[in-house]
Amino acid sequence: MAATVETSGIAPVGRRALRAFLRNPTAIVGSLFLAFVAMLSLMAPWLYPEDPLSMVARPFLWPGQNPAFPLGTDSLGRDVTAGLVWGGRISLAVGLAATCLGVSFGIVVGSTAGYFGGRIDNLLVRLIEIFQTLPSFLLLVVLVAIAQPTIETVTFAIAIVTWPTVARLVRAEFRTLRERDFVTAARALGFGHIRIVMLEILPNALPPIIVTASVLVATAILMESALSFLGLSDPNLVSWGSMIGSSRELLRSAWYLSAIPGIAIVCTVLSINLIGDALNDALNPRSPGIE
Amino acid sequence: MLLETHDLHVRFSTQNGALHAVDGVSLGVGRGESVGLVGESGCGKSTLAKAVLRLLPVAAGRVLFDGQDVGTLSARDLQPLRRRMQIVFQDPFGSLNPRHTVESILTAPLVVHGLGDRQERRRRVEEIVGQVGLSSSALSRYPHEFSGGQRQRIGIARALILKPDLVICDEPVSALDLSIQAQILNLLVGMKRALGLSYLFISHDLSVVRFISDRVLVMYLGRIVESAAGDDLWQAPLHPYTRALMQAVPDPARRRQAPALSGDLPSPENVPPGCRFHPRCPLATEICRRQDPAFRELRPQHAVACHHAEA
Repeated sequence: MAATVETSGIAPVGRRALRAFLRNPTAIVGSLFLAFVAMLSLMAPWLYPEDPLSMVARPFLWPGQNPAFPLGTDSLGRDVTAGLVWGGRISLAVGLAATCLGVSFGIVVGSTAGYFGGRIDNLLVRLIEIFQTLPSFLLLVVLVAIAQPTIETVTFAIAIVTWPTVARLVRAEFRTLRERDFVTAARALGFGHIRIVMLEILPNALPPIIVTASVLVATAILMESALSFLGLSDPNLVSWGSMIGSSRELLRSAWYLSAIPGIAIVCTVLSINLIGDALNDALNPRSPGIE
Repeated sequence: MLLETHDLHVRFSTQNGALHAVDGVSLGVGRGESVGLVGESGCGKSTLAKAVLRLLPVAAGRVLFDGQDVGTLSARDLQPLRRRMQIVFQDPFGSLNPRHTVESILTAPLVVHGLGDRQERRRRVEEIVGQVGLSSSALSRYPHEFSGGQRQRIGIARALILKPDLVICDEPVSALDLSIQAQILNLLVGMKRALGLSYLFISHDLSVVRFISDRVLVMYLGRIVESAAGDDLWQAPLHPYTRALMQAVPDPARRRQAPALSGDLPSPENVPPGCRFHPRCPLATEICRRQDPAFRELRPQHAVACHHAEA
């Protein structure tokens, strides 16, 4: 019985939010597109078992010229479609992993600062401010330049520049929520700090965190693309950004080489933002449909 | 005495310096006794309640619960005391976590205090829910599915599930409709009798306090200004503030208009010198402006802090 209670802990808002989310047409469009990209990325090893960096055909095949390579080939005769599918894998993986890392760390720091307040809060806010005053992309470039540019370090570096956003948000939520009577009641009942933070406050702070996380995935994808455009990402992996980067000199002769991965980035980031907006509408308690 | 406070002070630091919310309060609640605490909003009643439960830091003075100093106990030693003193809140909407079912709200205290196994906890939860007048079908539902009165019943059930000795009721009926108020008050009286509870009952509503309390304390601007057994207080209030509060209760038998207390409660950041009630007091004279009146027992079990009160 207790187990079912635990799992359904956020159900009341969750179910209504889901219904509100599914009534939103932009949410459906965003989700469908993202699901499509995710599916292609997951199936990449079966769709294009060969290394996307290997030369498979005559260079500069335009899209539609050869049915075997529907999106053409680049200056070295590499299949653009294969690159797109494999690149999506990298973009989504980095976006999700960096967001998970950044959000987790942001929640830990933000909840500690917001819940305990006082000196701990002061200290952690300073730390957040140090990161927030640095231009995030510059910091990202420096971090990647110091470490070896592998997919892990890139993910980690993106997490490092995004966590302060989450930490600030979580801290603000916790500061208001900790004053609520149900938290006072929990303290009067002798609940431990960890229990109060995890089971009493955090479930109530989740909606804005989820919304921010969805937008952060899009930001992380853009950051990864920008890094690989600059050639600062893992050179052994194809990503959308590196595809644009390697073909930028050919913009006048073979613009499709930049445009196709560019469109992929735009559409993916847009669809994630649409989902984020829809989540915001669905989870925002002031929007109609919720209470 | 089950609960005693000795010269309790609670201060908050604000931009304009220290705010003295509770300024030297000494009170006692005996076993099985209901003590009412009345006063205007902002006089420090709730702050006092939270300081007693060590939910707010005490600046000076002592809180003794069953002889143990609540203020100096370590967190671990405080835990068994937490079981024995509980609080019911004013706002039935803010006091229940919207993300938990009633069952999880009521089970969590038992889990935290390591009481019973799963079946035993379930049995106790069902028992308490029945005692506060809800059906067991309420257990799987969420707070937002209940009315204000029902939520307050859940809040009371949560306070009572650990079988406490003392329950601090912080304006438990002020947010409820009049018809519901009576039900909740009857429930509180019934639970007191059934479980042998002591109450520290905080309210700004004299008629509510009168219904439930054996003894009444009147609080003004962080201090107790009058203390008496309920009947004595209603029949012969000594402090002009108490009299003013009583006259402010609407009474259809009294045709004339109730003389309202003039002026607002001064800010506790800026307490008037001398007697802190003097700017609003109809009896104020020169001495009131200069000298803080002592809290003296004018009649047996009836104490007051006023220069002009006479037995």
